[in-house]
Amino acid sequence: MRALLLRAFDGDDAAYHAFLARLSAHLRAFVRRRLARAPDEVEDVVQEVLLAVHNQRHTYLPAQPLSAWVHAIARYKLVDLLRRRGRRDPLLHSPDDVPALLAAEDREACDARRDLAKLLDSLPPRQRMPIVCTKLEGLSVAEAARRLEMSESAVKVAVHRGLKALMKMLGNSK
Amino acid sequence: MRTEELVAMLARGAGEVDRGIERRRFALAILFGGAAAVLLTHALYGFRPSLSGDSGLWMFWGKLIFVGAFAATGVWAARRSARPGGSLAGMPWLLAAPLALMWLVAAADIAGAAPAERAALFWGQTWQVCSFRVALLSLPVFAALLWAMRGLAPTNLRLAGMAAGLCAGGLAALAYTLHCPELAAPFLGLWYAIGIAIPAGAGVLLGPALLRW
Repeated sequence: MRALLLRAFDGDDAAYHAFLARLSAHLRAFVRRRLARAPDEVEDVVQEVLLAVHNQRHTYLPAQPLSAWVHAIARYKLVDLLRRRGRRDPLLHSPDDVPALLAAEDREACDARRDLAKLLDSLPPRQRMPIVCTKLEGLSVAEAARRLEMSESAVKVAVHRGLKALMKMLGNSK
Repeated sequence: MRTEELVAMLARGAGEVDRGIERRRFALAILFGGAAAVLLTHALYGFRPSLSGDSGLWMFWGKLIFVGAFAATGVWAARRSARPGGSLAGMPWLLAAPLALMWLVAAADIAGAAPAERAALFWGQTWQVCSFRVALLSLPVFAALLWAMRGLAPTNLRLAGMAAGLCAGGLAALAYTLHCPELAAPFLGLWYAIGIAIPAGAGVLLGPALLRW
């Protein structure tokens, strides 16, 4: 998986897709074990962690074990969720399950309760349109820039900001 | 949106990743924060006229190394704690070593001084303001470091806040050496250490509120 991520860093979107797909299976297993009492929220948390991994992928150091990096993000987002709801799960504090995250997987995706597509609609148009063009319709950054009459770097910045705003909305929508 | 769709959406057009972000953000924060601390030292307290003369004294260099060690540990810890999964296992030792060395020198100084002079080694002429000034000068550095960290992904917010405060305190203490006339080891080992500990403690308290993402 580490090799896939490193290829993604060099601009290989197919490798990145494969990486995220495999990661989501691992995350699902990881989250499901810890949210046994709230199984319908598992997919929401998986999506939130995926978005966080995507937004923060520049903080991964190639020399660092991938499992430790992913685990820290997943745990941070889980603790954040539990803290927002005002309860603590002692399971989250066991440090010995770091290698377990990338060892277990669960490929059965069910629908998330919150609809990310709806959250996307509530973004301001300046952030939503670049995401829709490049991420959903599959235009290149240059094509999207022409259609939206924005500069290419403005499109990239808007996509980045939009995804960050999306993550924030995920965090606050509980 | 199903998770498969989200994965496809994130991967499409993801492109190359700029991996210099962390380095650039910290370089900018340290540069501008440090410059602000130096300018503030000049504006509020003035540079010491005897600065070039002091550089012949070995304790002048001892002082620089002492506060520089905290600043360096702070930079290291801040960069480490701004990444998910970064470990700060060595930090207690990196903090204890300069303190222990300074206290050893301090003990030797006190033992060697005449009883009447010992109090002066501790209090110097500026003990009432030293710690407070270091903490005050650390504010711009602290703010700049928080900005740098907010673009990254600290996952232990109290530790990250502490690291930012330690780094800010160390750099502020370095800037303050441009003014401060004190060179006695007992003074440095106490009042400078307190001045650096104040922003570090503030970071522990403020980290969760200021660094959330």
